[in-house]
Amino acid sequence: MEQPTLDYIKEISGGNTDFEQKFVTVLQDEFPKEKEAYIDFLSKENLEEASKVVHKLKHKFGILSMTDSYRLAVSYEEELKDGQREQEEEFTAILEMVHAFIKEL
Amino acid sequence: MMKGIIVDDESTAREIMLEMCKAIPEVEIVALFPNAIEALKYVNHNPVDLIFLDIHMPGMTGIDFVQTLNDAPYIVLTTSDPQFAIEAYQYDFIVDYLVKPIPVDRFETTVKRLRKAFNQTEEEVAENTGQRELYINIDRRLIKLKLDEILYVEAKGDYIHIKTFKEEFRVHSTLKKIKDKLPDRLFMQIHRSFVINFTKIIDIQDNSVLIERQIIPISRSNRPVLMQRLNLL
Repeated sequence: MEQPTLDYIKEISGGNTDFEQKFVTVLQDEFPKEKEAYIDFLSKENLEEASKVVHKLKHKFGILSMTDSYRLAVSYEEELKDGQREQEEEFTAILEMVHAFIKEL
Repeated sequence: MMKGIIVDDESTAREIMLEMCKAIPEVEIVALFPNAIEALKYVNHNPVDLIFLDIHMPGMTGIDFVQTLNDAPYIVLTTSDPQFAIEAYQYDFIVDYLVKPIPVDRFETTVKRLRKAFNQTEEEVAENTGQRELYINIDRRLIKLKLDEILYVEAKGDYIHIKTFKEEFRVHSTLKKIKDKLPDRLFMQIHRSFVINFTKIIDIQDNSVLIERQIIPISRSNRPVLMQRLNLL
């Protein structure tokens, strides 16, 4: 499975470690909340709201240089809007993996 | 200096854009907003020159926001969805359309487009308002100087020395005051005591520039800004 990295952030920061640390702090703050919200909406079968959270999460995949996961999230977001959840398992596995990565930063 | 704002519901996207904007010394980001409604309230009372605007936002989308603007500044749209590109380019004030995550080399193209747009605007303003000259007060006489004839300005104590090809004028003023009167498209400060007309540079060494026969120091903090403004091969 594709692994997250901070390569994109490091490229943008140009060595500005304050920015890198600030960015990591934002990720560590937001990602768990968004993941929890996503799981909560799914459990309530509120797929429309779940798709909005996926929309936010997919940006974080992109920023973490996860091109394939980003594409999957784009497709899954549309799927949820249509009331489908076929890619749920795959998406959830990515979420868990990213969460573990962020915790270790 | 152009004033800009960033509008994006994603805090990570706002932070990234803010960091990327540091590559544009002509732009000062004065505020960041998580939604279009707050941004709209702000720009109605605080005119800005540039907006980095996300399209997909809850409540009011970026496209809705654009349609409410009467006198729109330059706008760079940012989105994860390329499908709005055709709609976006029907507005002539939309300078660029960026798909997130924005590659660093793609943003360099945006910077070039913004510079081109800014320079055109400054030239239009200069032509419309006649800002091609500056009047200086010397011994109660107002002397007209053509801006493109000024080589550089040096601060010395309570005076500034304005050097042109033919003459040098000593005026009781500050470097900051004259810098505010000079157009950014021609002039920039490269040292605490010098503002130069950077179109008059003959050559640049490590920590100095040569204008006519004068060697002018570049301060370490101003050197990156100067280098970014040059058309380097």
